[in-house]
Amino acid sequence: MNAISVPVAEQTLECDRPARGQVGMFGLIAAEAAIFTIFVVAYLFYVGKSLTGPMPKDVLSVPFFFTICLLSSSLTIHLAAKSLRRGSVRSFGILWLATIALGAAFLYGTATEWHRLIYREGLTISTNLFGTTYYSLVGLHGFHVVVGLVALFMVMVFTFLGNVRPEHAERVDVLSLYWHFVDAVWIVVFTVVYVIGR
Amino acid sequence: MSTDAIALPEAELATRPMVARLHEWVTTVDHKRLGILYIIYALVFLLIAGIEATVIRIQLIRPHNDFVSPQVFNRLFTMHGTTMIFFVTMPVLFGFANYLIPLMIGARDMAFPRLNAFSFWMTAFGGFLLYFSLLGANGLYGAGNAPDVGWFAYAPLTSRTFSVGHSTDFWTLALLVSGFGSIGTAINIIATVLCMRCPGMTLAKMPLFAWLNLVMAGLVILAVSPLTAAQIMLLVDRYLGGHFFDTQAGGSAVIWMHFFWVFGHPEVYVLVLPAFAFASEIIPVFSRKPIFGYSVMVGATVAIGFISMSVWAHHMFTVGMSSAANTFFVISTMTIAVPTGIKIFNWLATMWGGKIEFKTPMLFCIAFLFQFLAAGLTGVMLSVAPFNWHLGNSYFVVAHFHYMLAGAIFFALFGAFYYWFPKMLGKMYSETLGKLHFWLFLIGFHLTFDFMHIPGLLGMPRRIYTYEPGRGWDTWNLIVTIGVFFQAAGILVFLGNLLWSYFRGKAAGSDPWDAWTLEWSTNSPPPAYNFYTIPTVQSRRPLWDLKHADDPDWKYE
Repeated sequence: MNAISVPVAEQTLECDRPARGQVGMFGLIAAEAAIFTIFVVAYLFYVGKSLTGPMPKDVLSVPFFFTICLLSSSLTIHLAAKSLRRGSVRSFGILWLATIALGAAFLYGTATEWHRLIYREGLTISTNLFGTTYYSLVGLHGFHVVVGLVALFMVMVFTFLGNVRPEHAERVDVLSLYWHFVDAVWIVVFTVVYVIGR
Repeated sequence: MSTDAIALPEAELATRPMVARLHEWVTTVDHKRLGILYIIYALVFLLIAGIEATVIRIQLIRPHNDFVSPQVFNRLFTMHGTTMIFFVTMPVLFGFANYLIPLMIGARDMAFPRLNAFSFWMTAFGGFLLYFSLLGANGLYGAGNAPDVGWFAYAPLTSRTFSVGHSTDFWTLALLVSGFGSIGTAINIIATVLCMRCPGMTLAKMPLFAWLNLVMAGLVILAVSPLTAAQIMLLVDRYLGGHFFDTQAGGSAVIWMHFFWVFGHPEVYVLVLPAFAFASEIIPVFSRKPIFGYSVMVGATVAIGFISMSVWAHHMFTVGMSSAANTFFVISTMTIAVPTGIKIFNWLATMWGGKIEFKTPMLFCIAFLFQFLAAGLTGVMLSVAPFNWHLGNSYFVVAHFHYMLAGAIFFALFGAFYYWFPKMLGKMYSETLGKLHFWLFLIGFHLTFDFMHIPGLLGMPRRIYTYEPGRGWDTWNLIVTIGVFFQAAGILVFLGNLLWSYFRGKAAGSDPWDAWTLEWSTNSPPPAYNFYTIPTVQSRRPLWDLKHADDPDWKYE
């Protein structure tokens, strides 16, 4: 083997690369954004094209309260990550729990809305185009909230077991990026479903 | 010999029981092993899809042939297309990217090794799922086994009404599952290239291979995700009674076309950018010159990435769009010929005045250049909407895109196989068999795909299982089918060469080509940790600097 040994520089050259966790999460967010874009395009394309009722304006009511819940959870997770960076695991745990509670409240809101639509208004995913696009778009977002909550819950368990320390702040930041994305997507879904589509 | 210092003794590895070694391969998170798994997996599916293509061509060898039934013919072209795109070309290109990117940028592994393994197994199970349809898809209705809706599966053919049984479900799930794998790999490639480069390797000093795969990964993220979304919609339609593509309930069949081709056209560039990457590494080494116009090559690549996102509806001229849409997609499609043309001139300028060595990898790359040019020219012809109305869905289109996929991508890919074989396995391939493969495949390719344009021009539509005699198509179809046997012989020589060289080839040494990128600085095959010490680079050709300390590249870059 005539291997050539490449010279070893003991870190003489500056080498500051972006954190791979952040880059990876931004990659995932880009992919998810593309998936949501297709669902949003389908929703907008089919607005008003249902051949039978019920129509959006008859059955949809704007979920202001639960939207505020979800959006404020972005604030609590941001503050949680910040307190972890500052070294306060206790306030991190409290704010993290608040984030989970707000996310769960949002899911509860979706559940009650779907229950009302299905059992009182008779709108299911196979009723008409509105039902198909509505349940898939809101459901796709709800699925992402569920995935986020599972991840948040796991961090919560680790916190209770005393395994989360300030040096994990970077990883928590990566997870909170995902949560911010889920919240941001809701703004788009909200606008499309409850403002433009109604 | 610093790289040898902590390598495990070969004898110790070889005496381990078969099961233990197999277990290591199945549970591996090493980018090199996963790369080889991708490549072997793709070669198996290449054989399967190649047999399907051969049967298709035997059926079309003469008019009124009844070698296979119309139903089987539909399944054959669907499976051939789906397999070739998703389970041959994408995995094999991911395999090379996986194997080579960390080595080229001086890293010890990909950014996320476990995500890497996850992605491979998702892709692998996607392929198994597609072929499991042969056993499982009979389902309740006893109708159809393999998917038969064409590789772009237009609605409403995929609705429950027209596609009973489960064959279409297997098709959808296979693409959905392998799509998750592709997205995972793309994220991994981006994170690796951006975050794992060795000291001194700025973006402007990266090998073009890494640059092109970075853009490819970006395109995968933006292109495969819409396909994933469309497959979810199709599943909602088929399983939950949704109406996305149900024209009876106000849904649109055309929107499936848009969603599919928003994926489908960037996908072409997902496949061809790695081929460019191979050519951009091989041509300079065998021309004994640095690549001509590095920064322009990078710029052209990024431009192709952007433009490729806005050309999809040129697949839909015959559907009937507004004249504004037609005009837009004609112009955007023609625009993409500009950066690709720049690339061709850069490769030619790299060869110009060089001391060209006509080794097998270089032969394949030279053929790649000419065939890529020809494929691009028929592409520009087809981008003209009126011409496209005449020839859309004819054998001219089939010839055009096979010229791109086989003539450009596969030729560059074979070049890559021969070029990096010594690195991956530590053995030299047989140059005689390599040249035999090249000439057989070249002759077969031109017999098949040059002459396939003509029945297309004479009006032969694609996807017909047979045709009437006396339309002037007979002789051309005969020649096209004869070419297939040359190609098949070439592939067999290729596989034979790989196997023979693996067992009998002579040791290759770490740098058989006197090349310049970092992968040639470590052993062949590289140890699990790639580099004993993380290298430091000062120019785009770190090994040139090392071999010519009196006249290093970094003085001029």
